Amino acid sequence: MNAPNQSGWKPGTPVEGHTAMNGPDTATGNRALMLEEPLIFEIAGNDTTGVDLPEPQGGKNRLGGLERSAPIGLPGLSEPETVRHYTRLSRQNYAIDLGLFPLGSCTMKHNPRLNEKIARMPGFADVHPLQPVDTVRGALEVANELAHWLIELTGMHGVAMSPKAGAHGELCGILCIRAALEARGDAREVILVPESAHGTNPATAAFAGYRVEDIPANGDGRVDLEALKARLGPDVAGVMITNPNTCGLFERDMKAISDAVHAAGGFVYCDGANFNAIVGKVRPGDLGVDAMHINLHKTFSTPHGGGGPGSGPVVLSEALSPYGPLPFTARTEDGVVHLVEEENADEFAHTKAFGRMTAFHGQTGMFTRALAYILSHGADGLKQVAEDAVLNANYLLRSLDDVLDAPFAHSGPCMHEALFSDKGFADDISTLDLAKALIDEGYHPMTMYFPLVVHGAMLVEPTETESKAALDQFILALRHVAERAKAGDEGMKSAPYYAPRRRLDETLAARKPLLAWADQSAPPGKPSLSEQGGR
Amino acid sequence: MRYLPLTDADRSAMLAKIGAPDIDALFADVPEEARLSGPIHGLPMHASEMAVEKHMRRLSKKNLAAADAPFFLGAGAYRHHVPASVDHIIQRGEFLTAYTPYQPEIAQGTLQMLFEFQSQVARLYGCAVANASMYDGSTACWEAVAMASRVARGKKRKVVLSGALHPHYAEVVRTMAKFTDDEIAGAPPSLTARPDDDGLIARIDDDTSCVVVQYPDILGRLPDLSRIAEAAHEKGALLIAVNTEPVALGAIQSPGELGADIVVGEGQAIGVGLQFGGPYLGLFAVRDEKHVRQMPGRLCGETVDAQGKRGFVLTLSTREQHIRREKATSNICTNSGLCALAFSVHMTLLGEEGLRRLAMENHRLACLAADRLAKVPGISVLNDSFFNEFTVQLGQDARQVVRELAGKDILAGVSLGRLFPDNDALADGLLVAVTETTTEEDIDTLVSALEELLA
Amino acid sequence: MARYFTEEHEWIDLEGDTATVGITDYAQEQLGDIVFVELPEIGMVIDKGKDAAVVESVKAASDVYAPISGEVMEANPALEDDPALVNTAPEEDGWFFKMTVSDKSQLEGLMDAKAYKSFCNEL
Repeated sequence: MNAPNQSGWKPGTPVEGHTAMNGPDTATGNRALMLEEPLIFEIAGNDTTGVDLPEPQGGKNRLGGLERSAPIGLPGLSEPETVRHYTRLSRQNYAIDLGLFPLGSCTMKHNPRLNEKIARMPGFADVHPLQPVDTVRGALEVANELAHWLIELTGMHGVAMSPKAGAHGELCGILCIRAALEARGDAREVILVPESAHGTNPATAAFAGYRVEDIPANGDGRVDLEALKARLGPDVAGVMITNPNTCGLFERDMKAISDAVHAAGGFVYCDGANFNAIVGKVRPGDLGVDAMHINLHKTFSTPHGGGGPGSGPVVLSEALSPYGPLPFTARTEDGVVHLVEEENADEFAHTKAFGRMTAFHGQTGMFTRALAYILSHGADGLKQVAEDAVLNANYLLRSLDDVLDAPFAHSGPCMHEALFSDKGFADDISTLDLAKALIDEGYHPMTMYFPLVVHGAMLVEPTETESKAALDQFILALRHVAERAKAGDEGMKSAPYYAPRRRLDETLAARKPLLAWADQSAPPGKPSLSEQGGR
Repeated sequence: MRYLPLTDADRSAMLAKIGAPDIDALFADVPEEARLSGPIHGLPMHASEMAVEKHMRRLSKKNLAAADAPFFLGAGAYRHHVPASVDHIIQRGEFLTAYTPYQPEIAQGTLQMLFEFQSQVARLYGCAVANASMYDGSTACWEAVAMASRVARGKKRKVVLSGALHPHYAEVVRTMAKFTDDEIAGAPPSLTARPDDDGLIARIDDDTSCVVVQYPDILGRLPDLSRIAEAAHEKGALLIAVNTEPVALGAIQSPGELGADIVVGEGQAIGVGLQFGGPYLGLFAVRDEKHVRQMPGRLCGETVDAQGKRGFVLTLSTREQHIRREKATSNICTNSGLCALAFSVHMTLLGEEGLRRLAMENHRLACLAADRLAKVPGISVLNDSFFNEFTVQLGQDARQVVRELAGKDILAGVSLGRLFPDNDALADGLLVAVTETTTEEDIDTLVSALEELLA
Repeated sequence: MARYFTEEHEWIDLEGDTATVGITDYAQEQLGDIVFVELPEIGMVIDKGKDAAVVESVKAASDVYAPISGEVMEANPALEDDPALVNTAPEEDGWFFKMTVSDKSQLEGLMDAKAYKSFCNEL
């Protein structure tokens, strides 16, 4: 039986007068499914526990007289209380699982659940990093197989797998450059970085002991090749360039840039944060890149997890590979994969390593996920990833450039992200106001005020895992808030209205930092945890 | 391809809207010679869930999982039972697939969790403030050294490392220090029943920015942190305490209580699991609030929203790279948010009482193992004191012994030869870690196997 | 007492051989809510044009350069507890630090109040 749709309403259509429907105040402060949740410190006692462990029997210990004498003040909850606490908290988060997450430069795409299942196989999840290598050949094979595909996908010579995240990878790459220069007795002082770069680039170069200088951009939002050439010289250790760049554009002159830097004796570092746009289509190695980190949590979709963990392997050119850090894996002709560490590095002719970046072997749990992602997509799927990511971004760009200023749209198509500015907004409406209004429309805002080269920048990256219907709905929302911004809708200045919190006072947070729960915030009449004792 | 929602009809309609004849037109800025002409060399076409799972399962089966053997490894990574609800919670999409909480109005879940996490870590470490996590213990250790140099405003350049600091941590510090002006003063560990606190103290001078001490140390011993702190402070140096087994702090006093200025460590033991070395969880805390602005990494703080409701935000961001660029306290951006969640959930399940019981159960079993191993002819237990890990001397190359026992599916521990391959004086040392996941039967299996092997 | 202004939006009060330095009302307006001021150490000798202090809003950190060379004598202790003073009284209670003046000729060429006002008007 096909019953007629009774109201004619369907999701995605506005309901008039909805905002006027203010209900009564509630005794709890909750509003149906919108639930307020206290801190664990406010709901727990320190004799509650959610695990069953034996009561200590007392007697002698061998703790050297260092036994704890005072309570720690750690709150405990039973399992049902714990599950409920965190489930309630989770519902105050936006996530890709809930909707399009257009954060430019961050590549928030769907996280395949097969990869989660694989990472939890006991042979991967329950293996110690210092087990005898004969008992962990499978884990080493995962790292080695992934390394192989990263090299193939980028057209590079080697890869350092141990860096823990993108910025850690940047550091690894720059340290390789420094080691290579030092090996030839050529101390150089300067790393050139475009103004549009991620903040990690100058921070990394400075950490590695280099002075950072800006590379000028041209009016197209790309590196000014002639100005760069003019700056190159014997003091320049290298350049750090993001390609596709943070304006969402491909650096057309990349090869010429690399050639010029090499001719001047420097090296080319490429920030691979935007590799998603070109994976399977372009190999950075063919463009003369010497080092590039790959954010496995971006391009190869390991989950961002509310801020990490990431993983940042660095692919290296032939010139830099000898300086890559330990440890790493190597496959010998007999097919066996070895772990190369300080003690056996010379057996593998790797004697110039600049050192070690982390205690163990890198983010193995991310390697399994990224490898599963690569194998799932295959050669055809990865190419399709780049194409669909670029198609989706251009579709957004051309569906919005009549209501939002797109400063570089005249110079051709964008890559995987579309850049807009606040030009045309009413005077007192800012990019921030638009972003907060977008929250009320049910979306996480785009990246704001980055790159710095565009006023009130909005960087929109839809990724390839959005359907056309999802994009159309987002376009509808963004057009609506853009029009409100141009019309000077004052209501935007107080947005969001419908999120779990209204705008938060960040000035107060920074002026009077409160960074840990303090006992005195316990409700009156209830003793604080440390006063309760609990032993 | 199951992860890509666009249909060919969608693609055509979208290209028409864009006004591009085909997809290649969108890649017009990529010079012809830079485009890959064919598919990626050797990479097969896309594969089904079943096929990928099968391939990965085959690889996983080549590893000996800790659960499938008597297991005694530690040395910076510890195997504890992680309650099932931990993994359930971290797999909720709202946590798993969220980004860094840059839009606090729709990220209160992550932010409140981070505030709770910071509070738990600060209390565990006996500190005023902990950050929202670092990559792992070893990188947190380096960041602490770099921070001490900032606190000294670059006027003190010497970093004194305890000889009993995890050698990989020391190696990370040495690697990074090559690129700064810090001078690293290390020392080899010696196989003594107690840590050489006097030797360490003697190496502290007026040019020392910080002293780095592991607690419990790499051999499982417990250094006298309060004495070392006093000596360091006398010379105007900071004490950095490194802890790689947070469960220990359920039984022994926290480094902050004992006077450490910066406490860093590896949080993997609580909630995260072994995972062959990563992702792990770097913990970072300072005892005195005055040092907060020199800390690396993200910090979550409490504030109010426009209606006066309590809420949380990332704060003091001007320390960080996205604002301060080349003047940032660190280049770190990504942290270990999801591992921090796992840690926090597990810690909440434990609570004060659970952590204490867990710690004492670890210690009880470790004492039992030490006693039984001490009775094996040829074996002597080095430590006067320990928590759940101690060093035994086998009178022969421990590395070979570990390999042989692995052949019998016994994961006997971490040989000092593996950790310090160049130091022959340590070659007969074996680090044995015992946790609540170790059974008495496991201990007996290890004891018998060693009896047989050393006979 | 003479007050001078720089193009970097600092003011300098000269009293005898001591200069008091702060940022101008125009500067605080541009920076927005000030949340923290990092002041130089007492006794530090700073050269004209080098970093002397950092003033932070929620999303920005700006360096304050020494307008002249000299030795830092005093840093404003009130800013530690109440950085908002820079917003409410930038050219009075919100001063940053006092320093000696090693070369008075460095003051030549700086603007007076009137010149600074027209300088700002043209920005």
